Amino acid sequence: MTWQTLANQLFPGGHDIAEHDNFLSGSGQVDGQTVAVIGTTEHVPIGIEIALAQAQAILQTVQRHPGRPILILVDTQGQRLRHRDEMLGINSYMAHLGKCVDLARRRGHAVIGLVYDQALSGGFITSGLIASACYALPQATIRVMGLPAMARITKVPEERLTELARDNPVFAPGPENYLRMGGLHAIWADDLANRLAEALASADPADGRMALGQDRGGRLLAQPVAEAVRTGGHVRPA
Amino acid sequence: MSSYLELTARQRIPALFDPGSFEEFLPPSARIVSPHLAQLDAPVSFDDGVIVGRGLLGGQVVFGAAQEGGFMGGSVGEVHGAKLVGMLRRAIDEQAHAVLLLLESGGVRLHEANAGLIAVSEVMRAMLDARAANIPVVALVGGANGCFGGMGISARCANTVIMSEEGRLAMSGPEVIETANGVEEFDSRDRALVWRTTGGKHRYLLGDCQVLVPDDTAAFRAAALQAIAEIRAGSASLSLEGLLEEQDLLARRLRDTAGLPDPVDVWRQLGVPDPAAVPMLDTDAFMQLAAPHRAGGPR
Repeated sequence: MTWQTLANQLFPGGHDIAEHDNFLSGSGQVDGQTVAVIGTTEHVPIGIEIALAQAQAILQTVQRHPGRPILILVDTQGQRLRHRDEMLGINSYMAHLGKCVDLARRRGHAVIGLVYDQALSGGFITSGLIASACYALPQATIRVMGLPAMARITKVPEERLTELARDNPVFAPGPENYLRMGGLHAIWADDLANRLAEALASADPADGRMALGQDRGGRLLAQPVAEAVRTGGHVRPA
Repeated sequence: MSSYLELTARQRIPALFDPGSFEEFLPPSARIVSPHLAQLDAPVSFDDGVIVGRGLLGGQVVFGAAQEGGFMGGSVGEVHGAKLVGMLRRAIDEQAHAVLLLLESGGVRLHEANAGLIAVSEVMRAMLDARAANIPVVALVGGANGCFGGMGISARCANTVIMSEEGRLAMSGPEVIETANGVEEFDSRDRALVWRTTGGKHRYLLGDCQVLVPDDTAAFRAAALQAIAEIRAGSASLSLEGLLEEQDLLARRLRDTAGLPDPVDVWRQLGVPDPAAVPMLDTDAFMQLAAPHRAGGPR
């Protein structure tokens, strides 16, 4: 889905989102309220410029529109793989973006992520995954890296990974698996404006993804382990 | 001098914390291993590559974690991440004096791809929760495997990053970039270039690490104690003012380095005299030369 089609479905009340070098920013009207929007398009790799532009848009929203909800539209093939980005500390630019989102959340902004096309690895950690809740469209692609590359690095044969990826949410790409793992709150199949309004109303500043992953059977140990460490108890897997 | 780089995670903990004071949560005897490695016929570890617990540092109750680079590169899987998150949440429950993170990690453990990716984002949020509870979070980067990927991002969510020159802090490793975009883009066998680009001196000069120490456990410990005291004298939590300053710092960095291809050019632009000599200097000599020119100014 193009970002224009998406924006029109999300904001039937109108929007002024503009695209500049694959960076999306603006605002939209949903359910009688204004929502700040930042995002990316055309699978653009997240380099230092885009991360900084997104952070700036978040900080401006915090300064000029206290409390205004923020929607992060995710479409990226991951972090940009260039020497210059590493030289200038792309990890710092991404951390900065993540910290800006976190500050906004703590100051009362509901922050929602929506993967409408692709979400890979580093580009996803400080966008959708740092939001209060992350959602995806059914046709979205979400993964850490492709199975051939994963096979090279882990030295596990690609055939074996392909086999595991059929029914194992830990390896398999796609929104259904991230939903089972608790990484996504829900998949939005229809009436996007209504879904967005519901998500804004229910946004919880606490991170409940481990519990979601346990309830949905995709990540059985994370919640028990974190809880055992926290309380000094033992691990009782679900 | 006792090298920090050469120690394992289990050796670093007693070297950093007050002797005999560290209590490990969910220790190896609990036999909690990754649920995902066996099906790939990959080895497991009874601590899943990370030690978490609570000890005394300079007599104060400080929570801590140490990643073991010798087990799958210190990578973050489901259990590894959950241990870090549980420790950070407990630090908040018990109002810890500070949290010390001994980071050595390649980032997301690809064998647990999706679980690892989500776990790293949970670690980041838990670190920022601790800071919001006004608990200083200090990251130490000085292990042989460096600090990359999602943990490279996480490190910069700490209040303070303390590095040695030998430590490396970045996002994608040189091999990954070379594989994606060719040896002309980043020659991973050019070790001098790799260290110029990701090593502690460069990160210090850019302002991405706040303290550079020699590769010595006592120096790391002293720097951690000092950083914690300094953070506690102010506030550990994120502020709009602080993030606006960081926005300026990062924007200026982009602007001022336009067209500069090599870290040596960046150092020259920062005003470092004789930048080509920087890689050869020992830490003390480097600090004397570099501190006045560090982006972001003195601490």
